Amino acid sequence: MLTILIDGLTYASWLFIVALGLTLVFGVLKILNIAHGSFYALGAYAATSFVGWAGAMKWAPGYTLVAMLLAAVAVAALVAPLTERGLLRFFYGRDEVVLALVTYAMFLIMEDGTKLLWGANPYYVSEPYGLFGSIDIGTQTYVGYDFALVALALVVGFAVWWWLNRTQQGKIMIAVIHSSEIASSMGVNVSRVYMLAFSVGIFLAALGGAFTAPMISVQPGVSVGVIIVSFAVVIIGGLGSIEGAAIGALIVGLSRSMAVHMAPVAELFSIYVVMAVVLMFRPEGLFQRIQARKI
Amino acid sequence: MAIQSILKATWSRKAIGTAVTLIAAICGSSAAQAQETFKIGIVSFLSGQAAESFGIPAVNGAKVLVDAFNKGAAPAPFNKAGFGGMKIEAVYVDENGGATKQIQELRNLYDREKVDAVVGYVGSGDCLAVAPVAEEMKKFLILYDCGTPRIFEDGKYNYVFRTASHATMDNVALARYLKAKDIKVGSFNMINQDYAWGQDSKKDFVWSMEKLYPNAKAGEDQLPKFGAGQYGTEISALMAKPADITHSSLWGGDLQAFILQAGPRGLFKRSQVILSAGDHVLPGLGDKMPDGVILGARGAYGLMSPKSGLNDWWWDLYSKAYNVYPVQAPYRMVQSLLGLKLAVEKAMASNGGKKPSAEQLAVALRNSEWDSPAGKIRMALGGGHQAVQETAIGKTRYDAGKKMVVLDDIMRFPADCVNPPANMKSEDWIKAGFAGAKGCP
Amino acid sequence: MALALVGALMPKWLTFLITMAAANGLVSLGIVVLMRGGVVPFGQGMVFAIGGYTAALMFNKMGITDALFLTLCGGVIAALVAAPFAPLLSRYRGIFFAMLTLALSMVTYGLLMKLEVLGGSDGFNLGRPTLLGYKLPDDQVGYIMYVLTITVSSIMALLARIYFDSTRGLITLATKENELRVEYLGGSVRYAMAINFILAAFCGGLGGALAVMALGHIEPGVSFWTTSGEFVFVAVLAGWQSVIALFVASVVLEVVRSFSSSYFPNTWQMALGIFLLIVIRFLPRGIGSLWVKGGTR
Repeated sequence: MLTILIDGLTYASWLFIVALGLTLVFGVLKILNIAHGSFYALGAYAATSFVGWAGAMKWAPGYTLVAMLLAAVAVAALVAPLTERGLLRFFYGRDEVVLALVTYAMFLIMEDGTKLLWGANPYYVSEPYGLFGSIDIGTQTYVGYDFALVALALVVGFAVWWWLNRTQQGKIMIAVIHSSEIASSMGVNVSRVYMLAFSVGIFLAALGGAFTAPMISVQPGVSVGVIIVSFAVVIIGGLGSIEGAAIGALIVGLSRSMAVHMAPVAELFSIYVVMAVVLMFRPEGLFQRIQARKI
Repeated sequence: MAIQSILKATWSRKAIGTAVTLIAAICGSSAAQAQETFKIGIVSFLSGQAAESFGIPAVNGAKVLVDAFNKGAAPAPFNKAGFGGMKIEAVYVDENGGATKQIQELRNLYDREKVDAVVGYVGSGDCLAVAPVAEEMKKFLILYDCGTPRIFEDGKYNYVFRTASHATMDNVALARYLKAKDIKVGSFNMINQDYAWGQDSKKDFVWSMEKLYPNAKAGEDQLPKFGAGQYGTEISALMAKPADITHSSLWGGDLQAFILQAGPRGLFKRSQVILSAGDHVLPGLGDKMPDGVILGARGAYGLMSPKSGLNDWWWDLYSKAYNVYPVQAPYRMVQSLLGLKLAVEKAMASNGGKKPSAEQLAVALRNSEWDSPAGKIRMALGGGHQAVQETAIGKTRYDAGKKMVVLDDIMRFPADCVNPPANMKSEDWIKAGFAGAKGCP
Repeated sequence: MALALVGALMPKWLTFLITMAAANGLVSLGIVVLMRGGVVPFGQGMVFAIGGYTAALMFNKMGITDALFLTLCGGVIAALVAAPFAPLLSRYRGIFFAMLTLALSMVTYGLLMKLEVLGGSDGFNLGRPTLLGYKLPDDQVGYIMYVLTITVSSIMALLARIYFDSTRGLITLATKENELRVEYLGGSVRYAMAINFILAAFCGGLGGALAVMALGHIEPGVSFWTTSGEFVFVAVLAGWQSVIALFVASVVLEVVRSFSSSYFPNTWQMALGIFLLIVIRFLPRGIGSLWVKGGTR
């Protein structure tokens, strides 16, 4: 029982970090970013490069975490403005689904782009994985890094929530979420807000990728599995809601953990079924923001 | 009113004009065929999850081999330049995108690119889908990698061949290795990807264990999604009920992630892990690969390949070009192209030196045998269309001096020990206690 | 008619390409039916899969080999399976409609992957269909399937045109502009949307059955979200003015995909992505806007 809870929690933390960016981008820009997984992969690849450089410059092992953080920042700083200003901007105002198709095109381009930049060989950056040692709970041995991810998820979640609800910048962003027209008529520079939101969303995706890199082999194809699972979390929690993403991640994490431990045959389904059930009974997700109806 | 608008829409001149122009442009671009070259279409994964572990190494092997062939640089009996004097031209197609896309690509290769033969396909689903198409088109097809036994057990073909053993061999050999090394197995856990490959591998292993270790109990049966990448929960389940053996057919990025995540948690110390197709992760993982893992390469490949002049030549050829030794995927490509070369030359000898037709190629390849860097390949099953070969199983150990993982305790299994006979289906053969198996250690 | 004649002269790979494009175009036709009402389904892969699996199962397990009958059954069964979901789906709009249809198609995908009796993840093959009792000769099969697919597509295109100009079709168009007003004027928006959904499923099923017969193989991958995305792309590319544009768009996508694969084996995904972007950017009303001038039809 304890194992199921712990596994559910660690998986949920990973899911939350990875899916948070997606829900934020949708909440503010109303774009369903199908390329979200590709930004995640980009973060993972960038982390391998940055940690490699940190090793070459003989930084102390603990600083590899800083290197990974910097990798995520670099991805957001370089790629996000380029994508948003250079590409997405031309499609604002079009139908939501058209924008989703644009992100689908971005996904295709980035898949081959990362392959061109980093090649098809696998990259490993597993030194950080051993930084936190291992922890014995009952009969199981856990890797400390997985629990560090739980801490990271809490920090990130709280930081984003605080930024949105307690800072002025964040409140302006909430205003834009509710109605960009009225916000702009009140003097808000909406396009700057969009760019900021998009950058933060990409940063979060890259952060997820960077901090997952130590536990996997970074190679072409890592983006595909992430897209569907982030999507499910975000649908369940409600697009645009941080609390929703957290709850969604917990639900998916726990249901998957239960399936794996008690009925592995059902594992493939568990995520799609939960997604479909939520959509049928509460399609706005569990925590959707109230949307004013416009005539 | 409605009729008028319908007519206007359907017979709109512009629409027809566009369509006709489009078609004319496309027709004009089909390639012309030269008589002095033999064109091969090579299909494997250039993107997606199988690219790094199977597709790209195989394609790299093909490239360096075709080059060597064209120069006549291969050792005898493969030393004729090209295929019997004809220059070999290779066209590469990405297998990624699903079986439906592959069917279209196959048709394009034969009809538009006008290839003389296609060598390809790693995915069992793709093989099952394209084989009937090639057969219907009466075009020559060699499946070089996919594992499902179903191709020639459930169907009969004249134009389709497979130049490597199918996957039954892998798990039977694993089980036999355990028995031959007298490893105690009271219980075994399994973790396999939840799709045909994983499910079939699991079944082959379970049935083999039923015969060789009748008292062993099957424990955890984990079936993570293909491409999941996160195995924390599955590892907890496997370690909550530890077993003597943990069997897996995981491959590629999934296997690498599993090893990286399970290692620090002590799975490899608490249980003997056996991998049916794991050799391809060894060069990349290096010292991250735990010692003592029993694994197979789906044939006598890589570090387990038998010593021979041909193998030495091939090993050097590949390693010099790519800075890494060849693992299973390029070996399967080389044995396929070697077989094809001999078949073309044999067919040309019978037809007076002309480029052979698909029928002539089929006659030449059927029931033939040839030497490859992995040992002898014999087209013995499926009416002479399905190859059998020997295999080997070994145990990992990281050698700090050589800075790479080496394989110890290598045991070889002759083809007749681990492959079903010509008249039995794999499943029936295993369940009949490997009836007629010969030469097992 | 002209297309059928031209087809006799085309190289085999081109007839096959157009056959597939026409079958896929049918699915996108279903999407356009819904798009005119302002919603975009992202789950047509599901009805395509149902149509395909129905045809394949009937061929293999029931021994029914007539191509026309299989096509019809594919469409009908897909419509029947979609029908219970239609009232549910008609309540949703925008991204939620897209997501719910996507979720349904992924659940279908999961089911198809799991059920070994339906072939599991490898899917299964089917042999050559017959037509009205006649066995199809070897070298004419491709051409005959081509003509069949083109004929079915043309008939459906005509029917679609008639439907679009009918009362319900016009109500659908009005719904896209302003739902509330339609309700106030007495039209039933939910009923129209539900009917549209079932019709789209019928088209998708037809397309699935035809494609399966041309390919000779069906697998769960057709229900994956990326396949649905391609159907939506064709619909967006075509725009919702001209029905012919749909089939032109479908052919264009197949051609681009096919040639990218040959000339850019390592970067075909990127080539396809760039093509998508160019089209979405420079042809916002779709290809149909190139020859249907004026007015929003």
